[in-house]
Amino acid sequence: MSPKLDLLQGTLDLMVLQTLAAMGSLHGYGIARRIEQVSGNQVLLNQGTIYASLVRLEQSGLISSAWGVSANNRKARFYSITKSGRRQLATEAHDWERLTGVMDRVFAMTKREDPA
Amino acid sequence: MSQLLRSLGRLRAFLFRDRRDSELDAELAAHIDLAVDELVERGLSLAEARRQAMIRFGGIQQAKEHHREARGLMSLDILLQDLKYTLRTLGRDPGFTTVAVLILALAIGANIAVFSVVNALMLRPLPFPNSQQLLWIAPPPTKCGQSCATYSTDAYDEFRVGSRSYQDVTGYFAFSGPDNLSLKLGSAPITATGIDVIANFFQVLGVQPAIGRTFTADDGRNGAPPVILLSDAWWRRQFNADPGIVGKTYDINGQQTTVIGVLPASFDFGAVFAPGTKVDAITPLNLYGPPRDWGNIITMLGRLKPGISLAQAREDADRVAPSMCWNNKYPQSCGSYAKHKDTGGVVPVPLKDYIGGQLRQSLVVLWSAVGAILLIACVNLSNLLLARAAARSKEFAMRGALGASRGRIVRQLLTESLVLSAAGATFGLLLALTLVQWLAHQGAIALPLLGTLRIDGDALAWTVLIAAASAILFGLVPGLRMAGGNLHETLKDTSAGSGQSRKHERTRSILVVTEVALACMLLVGAGLLLRSFLHVLDVDLGFQPEHAAAVKVAYDDNVPGDKTGDLTRQKRTAIFQQILTRVGTIPGIEAAGFVDFLPLSGNRAWGTPFPKGVKAPDNVDSPLVYVVTPGYRQAMGMRLRGRDFAWSDGPHSENAVMINESFARFLANHAHWPKNDAIGQTITSDPKNDPKNDLHVIGVVDDVHEENVDGEAGWQIYYPATQASPTAAELVVRTTLPPATLGTSVIRTLRDLNPQQPLAEFRPIQSLVDHANSPRRFFMLLVAAFAGLGLLLAALGIYGVISYSVTRQTSEIGIRMALGASAGIVQRQILVSTLRLALVGVVIGAVASLATARLIASLLFATSPWDSVTYIVMAIALIGVAALSGYIPARRASRINPLVALRAS
Repeated sequence: MSPKLDLLQGTLDLMVLQTLAAMGSLHGYGIARRIEQVSGNQVLLNQGTIYASLVRLEQSGLISSAWGVSANNRKARFYSITKSGRRQLATEAHDWERLTGVMDRVFAMTKREDPA
Repeated sequence: MSQLLRSLGRLRAFLFRDRRDSELDAELAAHIDLAVDELVERGLSLAEARRQAMIRFGGIQQAKEHHREARGLMSLDILLQDLKYTLRTLGRDPGFTTVAVLILALAIGANIAVFSVVNALMLRPLPFPNSQQLLWIAPPPTKCGQSCATYSTDAYDEFRVGSRSYQDVTGYFAFSGPDNLSLKLGSAPITATGIDVIANFFQVLGVQPAIGRTFTADDGRNGAPPVILLSDAWWRRQFNADPGIVGKTYDINGQQTTVIGVLPASFDFGAVFAPGTKVDAITPLNLYGPPRDWGNIITMLGRLKPGISLAQAREDADRVAPSMCWNNKYPQSCGSYAKHKDTGGVVPVPLKDYIGGQLRQSLVVLWSAVGAILLIACVNLSNLLLARAAARSKEFAMRGALGASRGRIVRQLLTESLVLSAAGATFGLLLALTLVQWLAHQGAIALPLLGTLRIDGDALAWTVLIAAASAILFGLVPGLRMAGGNLHETLKDTSAGSGQSRKHERTRSILVVTEVALACMLLVGAGLLLRSFLHVLDVDLGFQPEHAAAVKVAYDDNVPGDKTGDLTRQKRTAIFQQILTRVGTIPGIEAAGFVDFLPLSGNRAWGTPFPKGVKAPDNVDSPLVYVVTPGYRQAMGMRLRGRDFAWSDGPHSENAVMINESFARFLANHAHWPKNDAIGQTITSDPKNDPKNDLHVIGVVDDVHEENVDGEAGWQIYYPATQASPTAAELVVRTTLPPATLGTSVIRTLRDLNPQQPLAEFRPIQSLVDHANSPRRFFMLLVAAFAGLGLLLAALGIYGVISYSVTRQTSEIGIRMALGASAGIVQRQILVSTLRLALVGVVIGAVASLATARLIASLLFATSPWDSVTYIVMAIALIGVAALSGYIPARRASRINPLVALRAS
């Protein structure tokens, strides 16, 4: 098994936003589990770190939160994405695609011009 | 937008961080519970599920810390921590805290108070709207006092009409004496001081009445019904702040006078135009009545049109001056205002410069003095903090070892100094508040605008500024010194003699030397001012103010239908003679006489008499005129050569005058008199040389200081009240008893003779001298107080350093004593090291004083800024104080018991 990936600066916020956009309202544990599952357990995620990300996003008005009850009857804080969160997500997803596109081309270039 | 939201969120999270913390706790607990539930469902045991959940969560504390960091204001959090810690440490050391706060409170308080004075007198604009447009229009200063500083009504009219620079020009009657109003309320008339102003005075200044109206042009016309405006203070004092006063009529100076309004509390005529005097009421000046022939009587003020510069106004004045006439009836008097030696005779200056200009130098000196105090206080505190730092160096080394960064420790130390200086500033503000309030009510100090003194927003801003600046100043040096130390060395540095403490001590010595040098400069400055003040007190005034007093006397010398004025003179002579005879019989009265203007309180001139037959040169100043009765000279204590006036110098005998020595000398230089003596000579100011107007000099009196104590005496001429007309009557008495004890009997006698005599104030002549000296006394006392404070702080600094070094060397001293050093030797050595510090400081301070003394030269009187006596006395005083503050620790050192000292280390 290869070592887990370290998260790039800022990517966690984006993952949280996307998760909430896709899944609707979720509590912190649910968001963390969802990201782990989607990444196929390839991301090194201390579940605790998403709380710093959540408070950052909430203070910026990109997500909102409210206390609620989980499926198995536990009291938990539920987060959902706001309108401006969706706008932000769209912009950032677009930026991300452009970045990966650029990265792809950069890697492609090195392969072809490698003299060895 | 989201940035702003975020900041708001952070602030909220910071303010409600306890609630956020407990919410977070609940949220994290729920997280673990949910994870455990899921893992249990998958078949793990509860304990194993819990363990796995914790592993996958990562550090709970870490998550919380990240959360806090992301949501709140870390720097504020740290600040709060530092503050809490600071309060705790300062609370543990109440002695240090009290001394530090006290020192800062004194220094900052003095600074705020002086700033308020400087602000009121120099920085703040005058209390009038657009006050920068207001100009004072006067000739350059001359020997002949107010008569040469004023203009005639004709000249005023011409200037007002001819000038193009002004929105309007106004003025006031410059020769109103104190207590010139007599208000009849009930039995005894009450006296008050009024000023006549040109009707547009308040429009030009932009002063609105508090109630009622101000004057209109009609109030100043011939035959206008008499009206009066009350000052706020008089309205409150005399009329119980009667809100319905407007329209009421009172008998004032025998005329039914209507009150038309009350001036606002913010307008105090005396504070602006006549510092140190109170003006109770304002009345309109009738420009077209008798004042037309009174000569120079008006002090002019103008309000510039917007956009006109001072230079333009000056040019304009030079253009108008030649067409101004002293009296339109005498064409030869036209243009006389333009003839002045170097400058024109009509010179506008900003009103603010006229009012506060002469004080600028004093204020700058005062400001520097408190600045020096603040510096000394900062140096002192630096020193105290260094001493503390030495004791705390291990604490900081420990914190460093545990991972605190150097910045964090400096930050902690700066927080401490900020807390100290904030506390000092708070107490200083209270101190300044008391001081300023007291000063604002010192009406007797002849400083302008003193009544407007208050702690305002500017003063508060200044407080914050100097508190922060001093905190950084006194906190940074010890802060850097301490945080820069080597951890290992500090932790090892157990006590005496090792590197770190020695370095501290050198810094501390440098600080003490600085302090002593600053204190030395302050002391020298204060000493020079004090010596000047003593010289001023020693000035031969030309009269003896002790045991003399004056009271204003009302008299009615009006004789209806008296064409030549002779009957009036006879009646007046009879009244004066009667009063003087009666007053002379009061026990304790040695001499009594009348004068119309007391020295140091007002004056006027009547042209320049010159030796008969000699042509007077152009542009000669006029002597000041005093109309006196026999007895005045003795009552005032003036020395005389020749003979005094006698009651027999009547309207039909030859005109007798006395002149003062300076004027006699000046005249003698132009005449060919035997022995150059003026006595017995004839002088005249009549260009036609009519023998009827000849003046015979019967005596020469000593120069009297008429306008100020510390300037040169001018020229004076005395006319007998039996021949010339006085404008008022001040009864001057010389007493064998303290003057104050005779006040009631003199006034009772006056009231017996004339029931119209108001209850005027019985003023010791000394009070006139004190009033004239009050600004000098004020500045001298303040600077002396600051110098005293500086000396005290310096002494404290020396004591602190020596005492600390004794403590540090306890074991060393113990060893030396064990090896045979006597108590005397130990004591002497410590005293020598104290004196070495003090001496270096004094030498540096003296050199700095020598270099800067020129700055206060203009404030000194008959004292050189390099006066060696002052320097030597102050140096001795400073070294003496230093020796004393070194003696206490030295004594302590000599009492060290070698056994105890050695065991302790």
